[in-house]
Amino acid sequence: MLPFLLFILVFLILPSTNLFIGAFQDQQGHFTLANVGVFLNDYVLKSYLISLEVSLITSVLGGVMGFFIAYAITLGKAPAWMRNIILSFSGLAANFGGVPLAFAFIATLGHTGFLTAIFKGICFTTAAGTQACPFDIYQAGFNLYSVAGLTLTYLYFQFPLMILTITPALEGLKKEWLEASENLGGKSAHYWWHIALPILWPSILGSSILLFASAFGAYATAEALTGGSIYLVTILIGQQIRGDVLNNPNEGYALALGMVVIMAVCIVGYTLLQRQTSRWLRS
Amino acid sequence: MKTKKANLWALFWAILALLYFFVPLYGTLDFSLRMQRGKLSLMAYKLVLSDPQFLASFRYSATMGLITIIVSVLIFLPTIYWMYLKVPQARPVVEIITILPFIIPVIVFTFGLIRTFSGPPFQLTVTPFRTDILITIGYVIISMPYMYRAIDVGMRSIDVRGLTEAAQSLGSNWLQILFRVIFPNLRFAILSGALICFATVIGELILGDFLVRPALGPYMVQVGRDSAYQPAAMAMLSWGLTWICLGIIQLFGRGNISRQITGR
Repeated sequence: MLPFLLFILVFLILPSTNLFIGAFQDQQGHFTLANVGVFLNDYVLKSYLISLEVSLITSVLGGVMGFFIAYAITLGKAPAWMRNIILSFSGLAANFGGVPLAFAFIATLGHTGFLTAIFKGICFTTAAGTQACPFDIYQAGFNLYSVAGLTLTYLYFQFPLMILTITPALEGLKKEWLEASENLGGKSAHYWWHIALPILWPSILGSSILLFASAFGAYATAEALTGGSIYLVTILIGQQIRGDVLNNPNEGYALALGMVVIMAVCIVGYTLLQRQTSRWLRS
Repeated sequence: MKTKKANLWALFWAILALLYFFVPLYGTLDFSLRMQRGKLSLMAYKLVLSDPQFLASFRYSATMGLITIIVSVLIFLPTIYWMYLKVPQARPVVEIITILPFIIPVIVFTFGLIRTFSGPPFQLTVTPFRTDILITIGYVIISMPYMYRAIDVGMRSIDVRGLTEAAQSLGSNWLQILFRVIFPNLRFAILSGALICFATVIGELILGDFLVRPALGPYMVQVGRDSAYQPAAMAMLSWGLTWICLGIIQLFGRGNISRQITGR
């Protein structure tokens, strides 16, 4: 036990505390609150906003997709073979992030990607005699190396994560509740609105928060996809480590501390909601 | 839900999921085979696999993965065993500690490591060997949630106290109990933790990149900047590797993980 605690103390707590202390010091080592001002810096503010935006969009979209897919393979009675493939593939996809994921999407939706080429090839001759290719997605303004492209890419691990975390809750809905609702003349909509959703919402919210946190902390996928041209907070921290782009190391620590605060709020929220869920799952 | 048949709404979502899973997978496969104009070939794979830098970085990351596994088991196995046997009240604290790597993003953690250990008195980044020590520690921490969970699940399924008492009454010392009684009983749990650990280290970018070590992640990013088809081939290869790791876990996990092999 003691070696473990010592290991954690030296290699996890000490580095984190070091950043924490650095965030409240000026460059001479005196205590100051001035570094909080870094969040008023245009670049920093923008990076936080983009990170929050990407995390929010992918957690909501991923959450909705994941929920309906989990519904489809549990209560929706999709064919068993589909259920098996989706469940085991979710485990794979949720673990498949980082650089290879970015490469896969470049090969699929990049300028010369597989899908891009297929869409581009759908052409026909218009009445006026000219060639029209309405599905040339890059012509239509799509760009994989943008926030939209990053969102599509993140979704690849986001919705499987939702499937994995929400499926146990859906499986925990008792058949008697549905039967009771039907016996009392309730329609499907009644059942969902008055019974299932009120029971499920803590786990839906909790899982979405988990998705949010997983997108917020992601670095490698964005770096490999866009070469750092989308200013996520993680990318900015990376640049700060490389070359002190803020011209003030202590502001860099404050920048990093801000991330930890947001992540901590997320994980605490998730844990509390999960506790609520496990209470009724057990009963 | 009165009928046994799938409804269209459910089918729609299930099919959407399958498309989202398999179109990029197929697209990547197709793309990776088109390096030579006009025909399908394995040229991109040949180029990747014959690149000495790829082999070197793969060997580095694989070695680091194995070292990380050994260090992790040496740290976590005795700790969790001790927790089960003597200090069960420490569990909530240990659980919070083991999810800390989820709260502190890897990039922030790396930032802290560099700030703390690159300067005096530690100076752990001055030579490659010292940096390797630091990077191993980093990998151990990053994969800690998975390793802890795997061993914890395994430990829960065996009778720790009974096994310990039986071994003690036969005259075993602590080392023998740990590595000849507890370890064999947890071999599937440890194997699954080890495989996830390995997959994590192999795919890791941030630590290798910022500590400037020749790991696979930074190498892949570099190739991604320089060439078009090799990245797709590497994505397929790493896909296959992840698949194999998770496949082995599922294979052994099926019922075996909860089976105690001795003493029951």
